[in-house]
Formats: sequence, C-alpha cells, structure tokens
Amino acid sequence: MSGDKRLLYCHCAYAKVVPARVKHELLEQLGDSDGDFEAVPDLCEMSARKDPALADYAGDPELRIVACYPRSVRWLFHAAGHELPQEVELHNMRESSAAELSQALGLMTDRESGA
Amino acid sequence: MKSTKLADQANSQELRVLLRERRDSGRLESSRRHELLAQLLEAGHPVERRSSDCARPAMAVLQVGDDEEVVTPGTPWIRIAAMTAEQVVTNLADLRSQRELSDPGQWTPWFPVIDFGLCTNCMQCLSFCLFDVYGADENGQIQVQNEDNCKTNCPACSRVCPEVAILFPKYGKGPINGDVVRKEDIQKESMKVDISALLGGDIYSSLRDRSDTARKRFSTERDESKALLERKRCLKELKESLDIPDEVLMTLPSAGEIEERTRRAKEKAERRRAASQTIADQEASRPAPSPEEWDI
Ligand code: SF4
Ligand code: SF4
Repeated sequence: MSGDKRLLYCHCAYAKVVPARVKHELLEQLGDSDGDFEAVPDLCEMSARKDPALADYAGDPELRIVACYPRSVRWLFHAAGHELPQEVELHNMRESSAAELSQALGLMTDRESGA
Repeated sequence: MKSTKLADQANSQELRVLLRERRDSGRLESSRRHELLAQLLEAGHPVERRSSDCARPAMAVLQVGDDEEVVTPGTPWIRIAAMTAEQVVTNLADLRSQRELSDPGQWTPWFPVIDFGLCTNCMQCLSFCLFDVYGADENGQIQVQNEDNCKTNCPACSRVCPEVAILFPKYGKGPINGDVVRKEDIQKESMKVDISALLGGDIYSSLRDRSDTARKRFSTERDESKALLERKRCLKELKESLDIPDEVLMTLPSAGEIEERTRRAKEKAERRRAASQTIADQEASRPAPSPEEWDI
C-alpha cells in the first residue's frame, strides 16, 4: 500500500447508498493488499453517537478516509465535535469505481507487487 | 419523546476487533477474508486489520496464524483459521451478550447534518421540524440535538432550508446527499423553498384548502372514498415531488404552530444564554480562594 498513511474505510452498513459492488470490491482489495487498515460499519452512526474514536481519527492529518461525499464526511465529524484537518484525504465510493479508488489509494496485492 | 436507542448503543471501542494477519504466512484466502470482513462490518463490528499487535483496546483479537498469544487482560484471542465467518460472528455475539452490550444496528442512522459553511442560522429548520430534532446552543446557534427523533427517509427540513445547508448523507440525490452544491441547486432550492411553489402558494394553506375541499366534498356528497382519494392525490403529489413520507405530511405544522415553535425556541436559547451568563458572572465575582481553601 502506498505510503504509511492510516486508512479508514466506511462500509455504510445501515443503508444502500454506496454501490454494493464498489464497496465490496474495494473491501476485498484492501484485504488483499499488504497494508494495515481500519474499517468501520457506518460513520453516520458513529457521528450521531459522538463516538470517541472520531476524535482519534480527526487528530491524524495523515488519515485517508474512503466513504462517500467529502462534504458529508467533513460535516459528520463536525457534528460529533471534531474538525477533520484539511490535509485528510477523502475518497468517495458513491462517485468512483473500485478500480479508480484502488489506484488512488495505491493498493498493491502481493501478486501485483511481485512478492 | 426521545428514544433511548441511540444512547444505548455500544461504542466502537467496545465492539472493535483486531484481525491479526501476517504479511507472509498466516493469511486468509482472499474470498474468505472478504466474507469475514463484510460479515463483521454488517454485524456492527469495527475491524482493524494489522500484521502486528496494536496498543489500542479491542473486544477480541481474531488470530489467523498460529503465533503465540500476546496476553492482553480482558481481550480474548479467537483462533479463526478453521472457522467460518458465521462462526466468528456468532462468537462475537456471545461475547457481546456476556458483556451486556446491546446489539448494534438497531437504529437506522438517518438524521440531518448541517453544513455550517452555508448555514445562516435562520432557524427555519427548527421551526419546521415537529419532532424536536433541532435546538439551539447557548449562543443561539442552530444544532441537531436529537438525531434519533428524525423520521427515517424524511428529508423535509432540507427542503425548507433556504441555503441548501442541510445534508442527509444517506439520501439518494444531490446536493442533499453531500454532493457539491452548484449554482443551479441554489436557484432550484430557493424556488422550492417555496415548497409552497409546488402547490402554487403557501404549502400550509394549500394543504388546508385541499383538505377543506375534501371535507366539503365529503359533507355534500357524502362520498368518503372521493374525499380520501383527493387527500391521497394531494399527499402523493407532495410525496413524489419532495420525498416526504406520509407520516410527516400528515403532521405538518400550521403557520401558527411554526410561529409558536420559533417563539419557544428563542425563549429556550435565551434562557440557556442567561444561565451561562449567570455562571460566568458568579465565577467572575467569586473572591480568589484563600491559602486555607487551597489547602496550602
Ligand atoms: S459517511 Fe457516507 S459512506 Fe459512511 S455511513 Fe455515512 S453515508 Fe454511508
Ligand atoms: S434552515 Fe438552513 S440556514 Fe436556516 S438554520 Fe436551518 S440549516 Fe441553517
């Protein structure tokens, strides 16, 4: 996986707004990659519950989030009392294909990296 | 009345599992891993996949390889190499019930999120929503205070916001879903705000007129089904144009109720502001503690 930036994936588990194919393909590619990652069931639910983990994510400017529209993700963090640093990369599964996201995130499987 | 479901939900630290998978040996086969990850997430468990240990607390460590356990008090290790995804999820459900944690996913996270880059604090959303989702903080700033009072799939308040500042991240269409707000959206939204415009005027009086017509028809023709059809037709028109569920349409506030709610909200914000001012004044007028009080 490119760089050592922390990666957070949102599965949008409680709604069907993220295309199922995109999220499942990407989740599979994340698993196949050689990097560490974190996956949460639903960032919306975490925001409504003011989940303490959001403070930890918002404290990391090196973070990359794969979820939905960046405007939603930023204001969801704000609603929970945390501002996401401007440097945080936001990737949108509602608008991009799994291949585009995989490339943007630099996901490398063992096979692709020749390991 | 505020539901307690949201407050009762376990937080992600209580539910988080660590999937310990080494880079070389001790890895799950791709489709098995994907099935496991998807099932864990759909059962409400955050997952961290790591090749090494992690200092952060976890509900359980799911160990793929045969490495020796690193003893972390209170964190069970579950060796999953020979288990199906369903078995792993069942194990975690047992652990949740032993720890008396509620089952995740009992509440659909549907609620408004305010884009404060656009909001002008006009309070129209607060006045409009009948379910006390909105409130104001001590500075009189609009806030979403009771997310779990929001009616699932109802984006009605986003339709009354003149600034397109209300998002429902799980809504189908932009810009309400968080997509970029374009100039055309603002124009469109300001037309709509006159939700009203849809019915050729004020939505409330339109609804009232329509139900009056329906009532008259009912009383003169004694044709219940016609009156009901008229009401249904009116509601269908609103529902389709605005995606507003029946339950909310049936309880739209009257203009008088809106004024009353605005007045009450202002009073509440004023009381909160006065209370925080009193505390600040008391703090300011309190004499500095003596050395005895400091226990020096
Ligand atoms: S943040 Fe976006 S992707 Fe995540 S749960 Fe909410 S709507 Fe779904
Ligand atoms: S209606 Fe829109 S602009 Fe007005 S307070 Fe509510 S969110 Fe802000």
